Amino acid sequence: MRARLLDPGRWLGAHLGLVLLFLYLPIAVLIVLSFNESGLPTAWTGFSTRWYESVVVNEKILGAAAITIVIAAVSTLIATAIGTLLALGLERLTNNALLDGLVFVPGIIPDIVLAIALLSFYNLVFTGLLGLKLGLWSVIVAHVVFNITFVTAIVRTRLRHFDISIEEASLDLGANEVTTFRKITLPVILPGVIAAALVAFTLSVDEFVVAFFTAGTTITFPIQVYSMIRFGVTPEINAIATVVVVVSFVLVLASQRLNPEQV
Amino acid sequence: MSRLARRLVLLGPGLGWWLVFLALPLMVVLAYSFFRRGTYGGVVFDFTLDNYVRALDPLYLGVLGFSLRIAVITTAVALLIGYPAAYFIATRPRRWRTPLLVLIILPFWTSFLIRTYAWMVLLNREGLINRPLLALGIIDEPLPLLYNEFAIVIGLVYGYLPLMILPLYAAIERLNPELREAATNLGARPIKVFFTVTVPLTLTGIAAGCIFVFVPSLGNFIVPDLLGGGRSIMVGNLIQSQFLKARDWPFGATLALALITLMMVLLVVQARIINRDRPVSADAG
Repeated sequence: MRARLLDPGRWLGAHLGLVLLFLYLPIAVLIVLSFNESGLPTAWTGFSTRWYESVVVNEKILGAAAITIVIAAVSTLIATAIGTLLALGLERLTNNALLDGLVFVPGIIPDIVLAIALLSFYNLVFTGLLGLKLGLWSVIVAHVVFNITFVTAIVRTRLRHFDISIEEASLDLGANEVTTFRKITLPVILPGVIAAALVAFTLSVDEFVVAFFTAGTTITFPIQVYSMIRFGVTPEINAIATVVVVVSFVLVLASQRLNPEQV
Repeated sequence: MSRLARRLVLLGPGLGWWLVFLALPLMVVLAYSFFRRGTYGGVVFDFTLDNYVRALDPLYLGVLGFSLRIAVITTAVALLIGYPAAYFIATRPRRWRTPLLVLIILPFWTSFLIRTYAWMVLLNREGLINRPLLALGIIDEPLPLLYNEFAIVIGLVYGYLPLMILPLYAAIERLNPELREAATNLGARPIKVFFTVTVPLTLTGIAAGCIFVFVPSLGNFIVPDLLGGGRSIMVGNLIQSQFLKARDWPFGATLALALITLMMVLLVVQARIINRDRPVSADAG
């Protein structure tokens, strides 16, 4: 008994259990509350799906969700294409520690700094000189900035195990570089590219701060959720939160399955 | 294709995008910090150092000091919680490690906004922590858990703990277990082995984890806004209010630059720690 109590492995195991509880309990609470008939966190009055029913007929929420899906889809396409090329370039053409470090900057720069920098820049160049109004495009451009970092990092994990001799064989046999990329390189790294796209899509769907500053009068899904939380919490939030959490989990787990090395 | 053409095709789009939509915007921020605010918002292109003088006002230095304090506490708490967790995962049989890591990182990939909101529900006066305590008679009055420093630290630790655990795990996993065994065989007690062998050899991971938690905590806007009561208490809220409420972009730009400068200093310190550590960890590898 004494030996068991002193075994550090047991204590560490219990600690990890508590850490996982800390990480998942708050999410679990929201999921349970989303099915509470009364909609209040204070008393359980029975199981009900009424808050989900009121979400699916709420035009504001649906409209914001549609806008966010468009932003996420377009920014994911652009970031995945650019990020994949960048990963290839960094892995094959350069060996520069500074550049490898710089690639992470757009991913870890505080969102508020990226947000105000882009707002200032858009205002000066696009609104000031070109007379364009902020909207979908300005959020898409902003999301591409940080998503290139994540796509590049994930695709690189895939490239590290790439056997370059199959590319050389293709080139030796007379295929040009574009054909070699299309027929050899891309199929091999495709799981990594799709995994990266799934993560980029999730990040864009959930992104609030940068969109809040750069969306102009457009209301994205996270902006809608923020205003619901900030100015009077309604029980619908729990249902929305549950959907967001479940969708994010599914996308990220799918991504991890496709490219297990990326954790 | 020539080497230059290949570089252009592969590296050009990414570096170009960042040049136009990150480097140039940051230059605009730098330029704005030397201009004046117009009477009705906007920027008047008159050179001035007033924004920098104003940033040194005790009021704003206080906000910066409070943000630093919160970020330091958050980082320390995350390290204390994260290190044992990372250590345990790294010492499991190989087949357990990836699933455990996925469990740790998974919440991080979902909405930060919603994860912060979850703590509003838990910490509320009538929330799920206060109610059971009241019902059991452990407390007579609801504990003031929300809208204070405690709530901000919890929210930030919750948000960024996975970013601490991941690099720590990577560093601990790389550690050669024979080094620990050697120290133990030579008679060192487990505590001594931990502090004289394990910790120094995982310094790279500790530095990386601390940076990953400290940087986003320092500039965070959502957590102090929702869990801290929404006043301009941290530098992120102050920047937000200068841009969206006070409409004083030049001053907001100056504050953002202060934030970036602080972070650059930290990154340099981190790079130094990693460089100093390199020969040692190469031996251990």
